[in-house]
Amino acid sequence: MEHIRTTKVEQVKLLDRFSTSNKSLTGTLYLTATHLLFIDSHQKETWILHHHIALVEKLALTTSGCPLVIQCKNFRIVHFIVPRERDCHDIYNSLLQLSKQAKYEDLYAFSYNPKQNDSERLRGWQLIDLAEEYKRMGVPNSNWQLSDANREYKICETYPRELYVPRIASKPIIVGSSKFRSKGRFPVLSYYHEHKEAAICRCSQPLSGFSARCLEDEHLLQAISKANPVNRYMYVMDTRPKHRMQSWWATQKDIGRIIVRISSKIWNDEKIRESDEKKRLNAMANRAAGKGYENEDNYSNIRFQFVGIENIHVMRSSLQKLLEVNGTKGLSVSDFYSGLESSGWLRHIKAVMDAAIFLAKAITVESASVLVHCSDGWDRTSQVCSLGSLLLDSYYRTIKGFMVLIEKDWISFGHKFSERCGHLDGDPKEVSPVFTQFLECVWHLTEQFPQAFEFNEAFLLQIHEHIHSCQFGNFLGNCQKEREELKLKEKTYSLWPFLLDDQKKYLNPLYTSKSPKFTVLEPNTVSFNFKFWRNMYHQFDRTLHPRQSVFNIITNMNEQNKQLEKDIKDLESVRFRVLKIHSVGILSWMKF
Amino acid sequence: MEFSDLIRTGRAQAKLLRGPEAPPLRGTLCLTGHHLLLSPGPQATSELWLLLLRSVDSIEKRVASDSGTITLRCKDLRVLQLEIEGVEASLDIARSIEALSSLESVITSFPFFYRPKGLRLGDAWHFHPPERYYKRVARETNAWRLSEVNEDFSVCPSYPRAVIVPRSVDDGALARSARFRQGGRFPVLSYHHAPSGTVLVRSSQPLTGPQKRRCAEDEELLRAVLAGARPGARGFIVDTRSSQAAKQARMTGGGTEAKTAYPGWKRLHRPLERGQPLQESFVRLVEACGDPQQSTDSWLCRLEGCCWLAHVKEALSTACLAAQGMEREGACILVHGAEGTDSTLLVTSLAQLILDPLSRTMAGFQELVEREWIQAGHPFQLRCAHSAFSHARPKHEAPTFLLFLDCVWQLGRQFPLSLEFGEGLLLALFEHAYASPFGTFLCNSEKERCLCEVRTRTHSLWSGLNQPKEQRKLRNPLYAPNPLAIWPSVELQSLRLWQGLFLRWIRPPEPSEVAWEKVWQIVTDKEKTKLSQPTVSASEPQL
Repeated sequence: MEHIRTTKVEQVKLLDRFSTSNKSLTGTLYLTATHLLFIDSHQKETWILHHHIALVEKLALTTSGCPLVIQCKNFRIVHFIVPRERDCHDIYNSLLQLSKQAKYEDLYAFSYNPKQNDSERLRGWQLIDLAEEYKRMGVPNSNWQLSDANREYKICETYPRELYVPRIASKPIIVGSSKFRSKGRFPVLSYYHEHKEAAICRCSQPLSGFSARCLEDEHLLQAISKANPVNRYMYVMDTRPKHRMQSWWATQKDIGRIIVRISSKIWNDEKIRESDEKKRLNAMANRAAGKGYENEDNYSNIRFQFVGIENIHVMRSSLQKLLEVNGTKGLSVSDFYSGLESSGWLRHIKAVMDAAIFLAKAITVESASVLVHCSDGWDRTSQVCSLGSLLLDSYYRTIKGFMVLIEKDWISFGHKFSERCGHLDGDPKEVSPVFTQFLECVWHLTEQFPQAFEFNEAFLLQIHEHIHSCQFGNFLGNCQKEREELKLKEKTYSLWPFLLDDQKKYLNPLYTSKSPKFTVLEPNTVSFNFKFWRNMYHQFDRTLHPRQSVFNIITNMNEQNKQLEKDIKDLESVRFRVLKIHSVGILSWMKF
Repeated sequence: MEFSDLIRTGRAQAKLLRGPEAPPLRGTLCLTGHHLLLSPGPQATSELWLLLLRSVDSIEKRVASDSGTITLRCKDLRVLQLEIEGVEASLDIARSIEALSSLESVITSFPFFYRPKGLRLGDAWHFHPPERYYKRVARETNAWRLSEVNEDFSVCPSYPRAVIVPRSVDDGALARSARFRQGGRFPVLSYHHAPSGTVLVRSSQPLTGPQKRRCAEDEELLRAVLAGARPGARGFIVDTRSSQAAKQARMTGGGTEAKTAYPGWKRLHRPLERGQPLQESFVRLVEACGDPQQSTDSWLCRLEGCCWLAHVKEALSTACLAAQGMEREGACILVHGAEGTDSTLLVTSLAQLILDPLSRTMAGFQELVEREWIQAGHPFQLRCAHSAFSHARPKHEAPTFLLFLDCVWQLGRQFPLSLEFGEGLLLALFEHAYASPFGTFLCNSEKERCLCEVRTRTHSLWSGLNQPKEQRKLRNPLYAPNPLAIWPSVELQSLRLWQGLFLRWIRPPEPSEVAWEKVWQIVTDKEKTKLSQPTVSASEPQL
């Protein structure tokens, strides 16, 4: 409260950035501890959560007042004109403070109170049970088991406590492998395909300096490939682009198919001049060639695959460019499409999609297990694993299943939501729309397969809203350990039960659950299929949207159908009773 | 001339490839005067495959040692490949197709031979002439009359026999005004907007020429237009050329209305692309769509380069301007470009669709196309002689009508409940405009259609489309009449490439089609349950 000086300003104008008539709404602006509220003269309310604010700008004073532009993380952009500069300045300063919190405890989730008692809250948190989910997939089984190695977060802080690993991988192997992998994120099970007996595993990059080996890591990879009784071949998917990596893989004879990587320092350190880098790389490549390509047989068990998904920094600036282009009114065709092209956004979406398709194909066509990793294994790896699972398993295309998928591949495996979404005042270089991209990929799938998903676009938009809102505890923190330390389950609420209560709003009326054809989705990634997601990036620019919604009308019709059918049944049962009671009377009535 | 002279080889063994999705078809290929047939043989399960030769846009042949490959690019943007046994046979067939598909004579074209079951000649030909529209206007206002000054097409060869003009102007004045307008296209009523009492009028450019000539009758005609709406009404002249192009037109005898000569009228210039540049834009878009292997970047780059969506945007926003003038400012609108047969019709027909709920119904839209395009003299035969694949240099070809259909599709996307017809009708109109067994889109004007006796000797597309079996494809199951004007957003974020047309044969639209079926099912379910309900309650005594 100490940041709020002015709580109410009257005669504030709200401009619509895409309106053709330059109309504005006049109303009153209120500042509360959690929200900025604008009530216009028609009593229409616009609520803006402080945590949603990405940027506040105070523009130069004009004759009509002082313009205040607020950009939100949910892509809402509001343009107020405050009549007095002092009020504007007060609000500006308050918002600067309120939108950037330094401590988790100051986030909205810790004060949000939906009037539930403790047991209701706890039940809400228990709604998604990952142990149950692994059981649904069919693990543990004869090949995969639950490992207690990370029960105390001793091996890997950013992994969950419960991890599934090949049954033949012993604890020393796991511990050894984790030391060889960045941040200790050793290969573990992400999804088990019961029918094909193949697995999607995930990890981080190996920390091998040149020629370094780690026998335990080799053993663990072996164990994963052995855990697949159908196909001993296994893919290792590096989701990073090959050209950017400037690294290569080599295998050596011996037991395992060992992964050797040029010192990760080389490509991590951007300061090294390119020519130097090339020279050194070439030299090392030659040495490696001398060492071990002669025996091609040793390739046999593992196939390496690069798929080019760019890093978080490229993605962040790509989205920035996209928003810049589309923020302008009255765009010409060439501005729009050249902007869309130069932002590269759709290219990145396609890259993620292509990777997921590769993954799904490896499992369905070749029954091969796949190990996915990027650098730390929490951004691109999460994208590819979750999207791949979504293609493979129709359960994840239901409302509940999608929640489970997000809990599993994103939340539990340590996608750094707080850093990527900028929940706290932190390093802006850690912010990146990685999860937004995942949602966009899912949206593209719903466009291509309109009947395959139980949920609709509004569901995706709502989830996107809440990864930034800090209203619920699910997305706070960067890993499970941190969430436990914050005691989120005791102090905050889970988002999922609230979404389930509102389920009706998120149902896709065209969903056909029984269609066996959609068991595995095979999206077509020709370039024509990648479109600008207007309803996400212009969610709040009502003038740009279709004026009538097919979805609502179909949903209503579906409901009416159900209601009418129910009415018919009711009436029939009534008629039956009437017939029974008044059979004589009715007969005489019918005669007349 | 006999068709048989042009058919060098009547039949051959061939394999037909119909794109990546459909399985190849094998059988005997037969060539007739109007069709290419592939008969799969007696054992095969698949049916006879038939292609109207008129719909072939370009043909490419390649020969190997003992066979030949013919690539047929069709006007509906399909690409077909025929593998034919025998080099000689394949070359002969290719040459025959080439000759037969480019025959110019109208009266030997297929519509004059097409006699489908279940339809009678002359069925729907009197379905929507201007007389019918006049009846509607007459109910709303008496400021207008139906004139038969063009009875014998002598006043304006591209107008129909009857046109709607201000009641106060006599036929003599009309004829003199016609002499002052290019091609004799004097201002006539296109649409009367009852809610505001204003009108949409269209014409061709006035022939002011370098001497800035004037024509008293023409001025009187436009004065009468304003007077008929409301005393003191204002008017806007929407010129679909840039002001510079309009000025340049003066050198060749054309020009624009001088401000002083037409008090109450204000001129606005909204340049719309037409003719060759529009055709090139279409060709480049189709080229870009034909390459599924390209990267996302190059796709976006080519989508930008072809400018098609810019034309869509311009057409829609000009139509909005005209509609807004009528609805919101209570002004009369006169639209013209140069000839008044292309972009003019684009603007007037779109403006009506925006304003008039009746034109958004199935019958109303067909009437709109008939009245504002076919009878209004859009030269279909010239404009649709070739589609996007032709190697010949375009002479008079331009996809103006396709641009109209695309704009209608955009309206339908933004107002999915307000149009009674669906994408199916728009696709059908596109196909039939370029090549059709029906006579509706033949010739360039009513005069030519009369000379060729199109009305009595061919079937109308409308009667073909209005058969009950076609309805499910053409109708919008979600239609709910909307009495208001539908104002589309013309921001680029709101416009989309019409994938259903441009990518129709390239990408399987299957999932969305299945979804469409589902929508139909939900809608018909609703109707069924609704119907069954009252019978239950009505037959019982009240409790």
